[in-house]
Amino acid sequence: MRAAALHAALEMTGVSFSFREVAVFTALGLRIASGEMVALIGPNGSGKTTLLRLLSGALAPDAGEVVVCGRPASAWTTRERARMVAVVAQEGMAAFDFTVMETVLMGRTPYLGLLGIEGPEDVRIAEESLRRTGMLGFAGRLLSHLSGGERQLVFVARALAQRAQIMLLDEPTSWLDIRHRQEIYALLSRLNKEEGLTILTTSHDINLAAQWCPRMILIDQGRIRADGAPENVLQPAVLSEVYQTPLRVVADPETGIPWAFPSGPGARASDPQR
Amino acid sequence: MNAATAPGARAPGQRFTPARAAAVIALLVLALAVAMIVSLTLGSTEVGVRDLFAASGPTATSRTILLQVRLPRILLAAAVGGCLSAAGVAFQAILRNPLADPYILGVSGGAGLGAILASALSPATGLYVLVLRPVLSFTGSLAAVMALLGMARRRSRLLPETMILMGVVMNATIMAAIMFIITMADFSRYAGTMYWLLGNLSSPSTGELFFIFGVLVPGVAALAWMGQGLNVIAAGEETAGLLGVSVPRLRLGALIAGSIITAAAVSLAGLVGFVGLMVPHLGRVLLGPDNRLLVPASALLGALVLVLADTAARSLFAPTQIPVGVITALFGGPCFLWLFARQGTRGGAS
Repeated sequence: MRAAALHAALEMTGVSFSFREVAVFTALGLRIASGEMVALIGPNGSGKTTLLRLLSGALAPDAGEVVVCGRPASAWTTRERARMVAVVAQEGMAAFDFTVMETVLMGRTPYLGLLGIEGPEDVRIAEESLRRTGMLGFAGRLLSHLSGGERQLVFVARALAQRAQIMLLDEPTSWLDIRHRQEIYALLSRLNKEEGLTILTTSHDINLAAQWCPRMILIDQGRIRADGAPENVLQPAVLSEVYQTPLRVVADPETGIPWAFPSGPGARASDPQR
Repeated sequence: MNAATAPGARAPGQRFTPARAAAVIALLVLALAVAMIVSLTLGSTEVGVRDLFAASGPTATSRTILLQVRLPRILLAAAVGGCLSAAGVAFQAILRNPLADPYILGVSGGAGLGAILASALSPATGLYVLVLRPVLSFTGSLAAVMALLGMARRRSRLLPETMILMGVVMNATIMAAIMFIITMADFSRYAGTMYWLLGNLSSPSTGELFFIFGVLVPGVAALAWMGQGLNVIAAGEETAGLLGVSVPRLRLGALIAGSIITAAAVSLAGLVGFVGLMVPHLGRVLLGPDNRLLVPASALLGALVLVLADTAARSLFAPTQIPVGVITALFGGPCFLWLFARQGTRGGAS
C-alpha cells in the first residue's frame, strides 16, 4: 500500500447535526483514507446527502469535527478547500445559459489570479477534463440543450478541472441509463486507480456500487450499519431490515461480485399460468 | 456534424478572453460616440456639430446650446443608462433571475425615497444637498436590496413571480411614502417631482457629471472584476461555494456596488425604468452570459440606449419634451411581459 494511504483524506469524529430540530447524526465517526474509493448506500432519507455536504464543507456540524487532509474543514479557506475537494452534486438548471466549455472552466475558479481570468493552462486543463469524460465534442454547446446524462458528465468534467485529490459525488448516475452508469463508474475507478483520487459517492444502485467500489458504507437513520468490502456489507438480513423490503443476495458466478435483488415473485405471484 | 454551428451552441471563439472583451468594448465605445454626435445635432433648435467648426467660428448661441445644454444632458443620459444597466446585471446574477431590474425590484424606488427625503430636509442647493442627496439615495436603495435579500433567503430560490410581487409591493409602499413626504413638505413642487418620478433628464451641472461618472466607472469596474464569481453563482450558492467562491462576500460586494450606481442614477434622473432589464438581456443575446464582459458591455450598451431614448424624448415632439422614463417604459414594459411569458415556458434559462 502507498504511503499516502496512511493518512486520512476525510475524517469525522463525534459529528452531530440537526436539520430543523431533528437530529440527523449523533456522534458519528467515519474515516476515509487517501486513495480509497467508497460508496455510501442507504435508503431515502438515511442522511447520505447530508453526510456528503458535511464532508464537503457545505454544511457545518453542530458538534464534533470534520477533518480534511489532516486539518479541520473549518480551517481551510473556501478557495483552498475547492482545490482539495471537488463535488458533483444534484444540480438544477443554472440561472443563465453557459456553454459546456464555460461551465467546465468554472472548475478553475479556485486557481484564478487577481483578475479572475483564466489562462492557457486553465483552458488546457478544461479540455483535458472534457476529453476524459468524452464531452470534448460538446464544448461549444449550451448546457440547456444537453440531456440529463450529458449534463452530468459536464459536471464531472468541471469537478476534474478542479484538480482536487478528493471527489465527492451525490448520486452521479441517477439520470443515466445502464451504459452511462457503467461508463461513469469506470471513469471514477480509473481516476481512483491511475491518479490516486479519493472518491466517495452516494448511490441508490447497490449493485453498481458493489461492482466498482472496494469499500461500501451502509447508513440508516444517521447511523452506520455496515462498513467494509461489498461481500461484508451486502448481507441479506441487514439490507432487508435497512431498506425495509425483503432482499436476497447472490454472488455473480463469473466475477464473485455480490448482487442484491428483491426476493418474492412480483407480478407472477398472481399469475399461476406462468 | 460541427457542434459549433448546431442550434443550442455558441462558437468556441465566443468564450471570454481579454482580447475579445477589448474588441467588443472598443466597438461599443465607437457606437456610443457616434450616437452622442448624432444626438448633439438633434433638438428643438437647428444647431449641429458642424456649427462648432464653421469657418466664421461658432456663434455664442450655438456654442451655449451645444456645449452647455445638449452635451451635459447627453453625458448624463449615458451615465444613467450605464449605471442602471450594470446594476441590472449585478442584481440578476445575485438573485439568479434574468427578470431582476433595479426599477422592478424597488431598488430605484428606495433610492428615490431617499432623494425626496433629502430635498424635503434641505430645500436649498449647495454642498449640503450635494452630499445628503446621494447618501440618502444610497441608503434607500441598499435598504430596499437588503429587505429583498432578507425575504429571498427564507426560500431556496426566489421564483420570478415571488420576486416581482415583492417588488410591486415594495414600490407601492415606497410611492405612498414619497407622496406623503411631498404633500407634507411643499405641495408646489408636486409637478416637478411628478416628472422626476417618471424618470426625466435635464442638463446637469459639471459637479453632478463628475459625481455620477465618479461613481459609475469604479462601480462598473468592481462588478466586472467580480464577473467570474457572478458567473459561478448562476449554478447556485452552494455550488459556487464548493467551487471556491466566497459567496457572502461576493453577494454583499455586488449588491452594494449595484445599489450605489442605482442611487447615483436615481438621484440625478429619477426613476427611469426597465433599462436594467432590457439592456442586459440584449447583451446576453449578443455576447453570451459571461459577466466579465456582460457588465462593461451592458454599461456601454445602456449608455447607448439611453442616449438614443433621450434624444427621441427631446426631439420627436419638439418643442415638447417627453420624460425619458416614458420612452423606456413604453418599450420596456412590453419587453418585460414578453420575457416573463417566455421564461415561464423555458424553466429559467435565459
